[in-house]
Amino acid sequence: MGENCIVSLKDIVVDFDGEVVLDGINLDIHDKEFVTLLGPSGCGKTTTLRIIGGFVEPASGDVFFDGKRINEMPPYKRPLNTVFQRYALFPHLNVFENIAFGLRLQKVPEKEVAQRVAEMLELVNLKGFDKRGVNQLSGGQQQRVAIARALVNHPRLLLLDEPLGALDLKLRKGMQIELKRIQQSLDITFVYVTHDQEEALTMSDTVVVMKDGHIQQIGTPQDIYNEPKNAFVADFIGESNILDGVMHKDFVVEFAGRKFDCVDKGFEKMENVDVVIRPEDIKVVPAIAGQLSGRVESVIFKGVHYEMVVESAGFSWIIHSTQSQEPGSSIGMNIDPFDIHIMHKMEEER
Amino acid sequence: MKTKAASLPYAVWTFIFIVVPLAMVAYFAFIDEAGHFTLENVSSVGQYTPVLARSIWLAAIATVICLVIAYPLSYLLSRMHVGRQKVFLMLVMLPMWMNFLLRTYAWMTLLERNGLINRFFALFGLGPFEMINTQGAVVLGMVYNYLPFMILPLYSIMVKIDNRTIEAAQDLGANSYHVFSKVVLPLSVPGITTGITMVFVPAVSTFIISRMLGGGGNLLIGDLIDLQFLGNAYNPNLGAAISLVLMVLILLCMSIMNQFDNDEGMEGALL
Repeated sequence: MGENCIVSLKDIVVDFDGEVVLDGINLDIHDKEFVTLLGPSGCGKTTTLRIIGGFVEPASGDVFFDGKRINEMPPYKRPLNTVFQRYALFPHLNVFENIAFGLRLQKVPEKEVAQRVAEMLELVNLKGFDKRGVNQLSGGQQQRVAIARALVNHPRLLLLDEPLGALDLKLRKGMQIELKRIQQSLDITFVYVTHDQEEALTMSDTVVVMKDGHIQQIGTPQDIYNEPKNAFVADFIGESNILDGVMHKDFVVEFAGRKFDCVDKGFEKMENVDVVIRPEDIKVVPAIAGQLSGRVESVIFKGVHYEMVVESAGFSWIIHSTQSQEPGSSIGMNIDPFDIHIMHKMEEER
Repeated sequence: MKTKAASLPYAVWTFIFIVVPLAMVAYFAFIDEAGHFTLENVSSVGQYTPVLARSIWLAAIATVICLVIAYPLSYLLSRMHVGRQKVFLMLVMLPMWMNFLLRTYAWMTLLERNGLINRFFALFGLGPFEMINTQGAVVLGMVYNYLPFMILPLYSIMVKIDNRTIEAAQDLGANSYHVFSKVVLPLSVPGITTGITMVFVPAVSTFIISRMLGGGGNLLIGDLIDLQFLGNAYNPNLGAAISLVLMVLILLCMSIMNQFDNDEGMEGALL
């Protein structure tokens, strides 16, 4: 267990009716950190969150909170709160009573309840909404009530299960910034579950990429994006060109029918590898000047850039460029050595 | 305009089969045999107050017992695996598809002095117990026959309670007792009021159950009405007056209940 760890998961295994959902999860969550569990649906990220919340008990492995083992502690005794998917507000209570729910259970004096709820309403920009029924609120407002209801108890750890999943794009962007602001101003730990890689990169201090019940990579957003550990992470975090390659020796890799200089070393001689190249790292040059040449198949305008599909060496390359090219024309492509990411082939799981 | 035209058949139906009969009951309640206006029928209902009170009392006991049995059952049912829910609901409804008379008659043969239960006890040298022709037997018949009407509305309101709402309560510090008192119970009030209505109303006006299981000594208001129309006491005007009084009483009960329901601010009640 590392320094100032608030939550530690050790060798967590979970199976539902014999189907393994989490397979040996080890994760340290540091105090005051914004940690995002990222992965496609069914990867086990929500189950991991529910382990911490106490709604799922692991088949094996241990959960620690502040160094204390809490496997058997029921959810209502855990010093943390959760913002649930689709909010799970109490439909029979108004906004005020929803937020006050936890305080009332703690038998907080009425005056303090009123004051703390008011503080929360202010924090989530819902001043004056206290007497509304929760069913009269928009999705974004319900979201804010759910956040206020959890935060009013001053938890040291807040779990958020795809809290922005049901909001439209614009609201989502606004709430991302809002959540980050709240996390920083309250100085508490957030564990955030999402399948949206952009959301993860925007908000997190640490991103945990998961797939099929395994952690693929843990790192800062920059690490995850620039140094993905394997082809899955590279593909899941942003668009990628993933090619089969052969590592001839240190700093020399062959793919797309020719050898390239690269900055990677330490692979077996002639090891089969995955080569990952970001679409924005491919430079378009005149056909004769390129390391590779190909034919432009399609061009789509994406706002900031053009997305092109280029056929070369039997592979469809995705290229992002601010300059458009004529479909059907021949172009050349250059790739700098440090933009070529070499990864071990993923072992087929089980 | 279109919806108006479409609703016309129902309006006619309502008028012919609901408004007119009600008016006729009221009319008969206020005339004597010769067809003259009189208050005597209604005022003479007063002499049957013990019967009326017994009906309400027994129906109320049966309703409470139904609620006590059905509430936990419905909750467990609603938290079950979906496939199992269907099987259990089926089991709850199955007896309802058997003829009402037959079901009640079956209880007669069970409870009789020489019935199956007493014969079973006799094996151990016990009894015979006086079970049939008691108020207890009447209540038993009511509970047995009307229990599904309590389970179904409770179940259908409880399956709508999102598990995440319960988890949210636990997350905020609610133990099982608080989850029940602060979330499950308030959210199931509409099911409770509907269930009470659906059990109490038929139970308070039943006459088959009391006649078959209660013997002669436990006449209910339903039996009294039945006697006025088809029995020896033939007096349709008095029968109509008793019906009218009973209806007013039930309406009163229901409006008190609905008041309670509305306070909770939830929709979904039957009346």
